[in-house]
Amino acid sequence: MSARERASGALVSARERASGALVNARERASEVAAQVRDPEMPMLTLADLGVLRAVDVERKPDGGEIVVASITPTYTGCPAMATMRDDLVHRLNDAGFPRVEVRVVLDPPWSSDWISERGRSALHEAGLSAPGPARRAAGPVVLTLGPVRRALACPRCGSAATRLISEFGATACKALYTCTDCLEPFEHVKEI
Amino acid sequence: MSDDHGSIFDGLIGGDSAQWAFGTDFEDPLAGVDTTVPGGVDHAELAAYCLMLGDDALIMSQRLTEWCSRAPDLEEDIALANVALDLLGQARLLLARAAAADPGVPPALPEGSPVPPEDALAFFRDAGGFRNVRLAEVPNGDFAHVVVRLLLFATARLAVLERLRASTDSVLAAVAAKSVKELTYHRDWAGRWFLTLAQGTEESRRRLLAALEGLWPFQAELFAGHPVELSLARAGVGVDPATARDEVDAVLDQVLAVSGVARPDVAPLPGGGRHGTHTEDFGPLLAEMQVVARAHPSGRW
Repeated sequence: MSARERASGALVSARERASGALVNARERASEVAAQVRDPEMPMLTLADLGVLRAVDVERKPDGGEIVVASITPTYTGCPAMATMRDDLVHRLNDAGFPRVEVRVVLDPPWSSDWISERGRSALHEAGLSAPGPARRAAGPVVLTLGPVRRALACPRCGSAATRLISEFGATACKALYTCTDCLEPFEHVKEI
Repeated sequence: MSDDHGSIFDGLIGGDSAQWAFGTDFEDPLAGVDTTVPGGVDHAELAAYCLMLGDDALIMSQRLTEWCSRAPDLEEDIALANVALDLLGQARLLLARAAAADPGVPPALPEGSPVPPEDALAFFRDAGGFRNVRLAEVPNGDFAHVVVRLLLFATARLAVLERLRASTDSVLAAVAAKSVKELTYHRDWAGRWFLTLAQGTEESRRRLLAALEGLWPFQAELFAGHPVELSLARAGVGVDPATARDEVDAVLDQVLAVSGVARPDVAPLPGGGRHGTHTEDFGPLLAEMQVVARAHPSGRW
């Protein structure tokens, strides 16, 4: 093996080591980011809610690494976006990633269908009703004048005897219901 | 604010936002979003178009916000605030998109002002710079009035934004796809209340019909089509609102038929909002919306 070959071999393996390190860093950063909780529904992580779209580690021209986390708003006016960003930055900083950038992703728009199974169980345990399947997005949207019909069960007593109080609740993503059996009010995460 | 007098609050400004329990605001609602203007599209036209769609949402949101604490019951108060918040979110993205397309659009502010471009557009433009339709700005009336106004507004906006999902501008297409989902809830809320008031008491029906007759003439402006809308529709970026008219008519006819209400027979009012010509009630609306921001053009919030 010539000196040139040895040198190029060393270069390749250095590159491989560097890219392997990036992959490891990305996995670690993804794990940390996936644990950050939603500020308004803290029983859900951002990953379970489906707003955390991607976590990547990029090499900057100065040789340093930067974590790029992408999040998408549940609703356009969602006031929790800034808190989500700050929480992501601080959790990643604490985990040894000093440089973090949080980007907004608008396409495709968030859907309640993206809430994970684990997220749905967590909602239920916290006394919230999980969303059913969202309406399809293509074509003209059908007007619904009749009563809202959802197959729901009261998250406290399990009764199907529920009544919609309002399609708009304490946060943009929730409707208000009451159970006509146990008489307790509860919140339902809306299909969108 | 820390702009013109030193204060004990200075130490709270800037630095690490972790000191705030609920974070500070997102500096740029389009952070990381590719805002490159599609080839062949006029930047100024795209910005003007975003202002039209954004100002409709902003001014409608402001009128709905005036309902806070005034609705007939707590649930409807919260519903109106939710709708206002959705529209404010749409306005924020669209005004930010306008500023990204044409950085010359936001009004100039004092050097070093931390006000982001979408806030400069919302709080530092004069009435003549706003491109919203007049339906969004007419003063509030009774509860029937807000139901009818929201039905007319959300039905038209939903039909236009459904079509805008196919825009060649990826930001507009994404904002439209998101907004359609929100507007579906707004329109359903207004449609259900329209039906409830129409079939409620004699008094609720009387008020509903009065609101419908008063607001119907503002509808024509929604479909008039400003030259910028028509030009961008040809370019595949925007939507000619006239193409949404049939769908809007079909939806409204459905609501009217179920409610047993006839289509109002009233002459349309002239528009002008898209050209910056507004009603005399628009000035006081802007004054209330803008007064604090204008008093502190270098304020940090």
